[in-house]
Amino acid sequence: MSAILEIRNLSKNFRHLKAVDDVSFAIPRGACFGLLGPNGAGKTTTIEMIEGITTPSSGEIFYQGQIRDRRFLEQTGIQFQSTALMDYLTTREVIRLFSNFYPRALPLEELVELCQLEEFLDTYATRLSGGQRQRLLLAVALINDPEILFLDEPTTGLDPQSRRHFWSLISNIKARGKTVLLTTHYMEEAELLCDHMVIMDKGKIIAEGTPQGLLRQHFDFTYICIDYEDFSCDPNNLPFAIERREDCIAIATNSVEQTLAKLVTMDINLQSLRVRNPSLDDLFLKLTGHSLRN
Amino acid sequence: MRRILALWAARNREYYRDKGSLFWSFVATPMIVIVLAIAFSTSNDHLFRAGLLLDTPNINRDTLPFAKEPAIDWVEYQDLDTALRRIQFHQLDILITTSSPQRYWINPESAKGRILEALLRNDGQADSSIWQGQEVFGEKIRYIDWVIPGVLAMNMMFSGLWGIGYVIVRYRKNGVLKRLQATPLKAWEFLFSQALSRLGIMLAVTIIVFTICNLFIGFRMVGSYLLLLLIAVVGNLSIISISLLMASRTASEELANGLLNLISFPMLLLSELWFSLDDAPEWLQDLSQLLPLTHLVKAARGVMLEGDGILQASPQLLILVLMTVTCLTLAGWLFRWRD
Repeated sequence: MSAILEIRNLSKNFRHLKAVDDVSFAIPRGACFGLLGPNGAGKTTTIEMIEGITTPSSGEIFYQGQIRDRRFLEQTGIQFQSTALMDYLTTREVIRLFSNFYPRALPLEELVELCQLEEFLDTYATRLSGGQRQRLLLAVALINDPEILFLDEPTTGLDPQSRRHFWSLISNIKARGKTVLLTTHYMEEAELLCDHMVIMDKGKIIAEGTPQGLLRQHFDFTYICIDYEDFSCDPNNLPFAIERREDCIAIATNSVEQTLAKLVTMDINLQSLRVRNPSLDDLFLKLTGHSLRN
Repeated sequence: MRRILALWAARNREYYRDKGSLFWSFVATPMIVIVLAIAFSTSNDHLFRAGLLLDTPNINRDTLPFAKEPAIDWVEYQDLDTALRRIQFHQLDILITTSSPQRYWINPESAKGRILEALLRNDGQADSSIWQGQEVFGEKIRYIDWVIPGVLAMNMMFSGLWGIGYVIVRYRKNGVLKRLQATPLKAWEFLFSQALSRLGIMLAVTIIVFTICNLFIGFRMVGSYLLLLLIAVVGNLSIISISLLMASRTASEELANGLLNLISFPMLLLSELWFSLDDAPEWLQDLSQLLPLTHLVKAARGVMLEGDGILQASPQLLILVLMTVTCLTLAGWLFRWRD
């Protein structure tokens, strides 16, 4: 699959801080490409350099094999992490206004259906709930029927229901064959939506691949998790390697049956026991020593 | 053009849906006209106003008639034409020159002028026979006639400064400008549409307020309405351009508010909106020449009160155009979508 966007040796310095440090990757056409990392990892700076909003300190960005030109803004859709909209304009009027900025725009009805805007089409944009506002901003990003859609942490601050709703909209957009570049610090979001991803920390790429490929590459075991209060003995005395997590003790094992059998004989309360596969958060913790969520 | 028109229409919508702006424009301004006109017209500490023409060096003020009379307010004039215009419109009761021959001017239709003339001729300090009297004719200008161009200009100033500059700064701070930057819209298209919208709104509001106030008060307008409109357009543009310059990079609403106050207060006090600066120190009068509102008000008063034509108004128009071009060039050069 050919790359619609290629980033080579991109860096950004803010005075003494190296926010993005020699980052390179290529986004295949039609893929949902994720930039995963905790707050401050350099995701937003990276995506804003690609969008043309921030000027890189060094590096090159190629769109469809060429240096970006005016055509780039006409063929891309952008949803920023935090954006307000004009006062006293309704959802319908905001869409009409932005439609006028492009040589070619999707019909209002199509955008309304795609982003499910019917219920608040005539409400002032400033009076929308968080989820509704994100859906309107998604519609604004899709107005020009873009070749590539940039979504910068689109579900941050949304309640779980709104977040799932937004994920279903992104899935629909993916199904239309659009290329999506998504930044997120939610591993669940990345696992669900991304076909390919890079994991960033402190301005650098620390891992790259498909979500499942990365997990297979770094983990060949399963986790058994038990809450701290269910241990009657000192967990350090267990005959397994353990990891102390925020809310539980995690035991990494290649044989769930054997580990469980041993735990039963050790008089440990198994009421809170969970068995789960390693996640991207576990991967991040393994690679950096700290959690994605912190 | 499609982008500019779309933004222009959107900005207009925002204006008429904002009830605060509408109240300020259509209710507060006429109220200010009436209340302040009444307040200012009754607050006069002096019974008479006498002008002294400074056409001779080393004038001994002690030898002037009524020199020690506290009821007379003395105003000094360098220029005879300006002073005579004040006499003409009853803004000055008498004008005196000590050059030889000693002369004075009054408007015979002004009772105060006639009283001062009688006092002068009977003044014990000077030989009355040396005074040569001359008369200047002209209708009395009420304070409300004189102040109305100032109030309308003040409304334009506040509307222009806050209605465009403050909005752009807020849009920069809350990310609206960043969202616009991510479209094919060009910066000049955005700025032009905002200026166009505000110019239209300010002209419409000024015309409506002018008409409403005129219906109730019926003030003096002897010049050309078309020329007055041209002065309003050029004056509006100069205020808009200052506002755009202020907003070119500012990203804090608090700073913008401070800057706008810094720009508006000198104009409010020194542009002769409410009172003449005739008796103010010369440096203050020079300072007022740097303010666009001074020229806007002067040109508008000339047309409304004295029937000035394009020739008389052209120095002020030229200054306003120069100020506009300078500020717009700087604003365009300095403008950033983000801070």
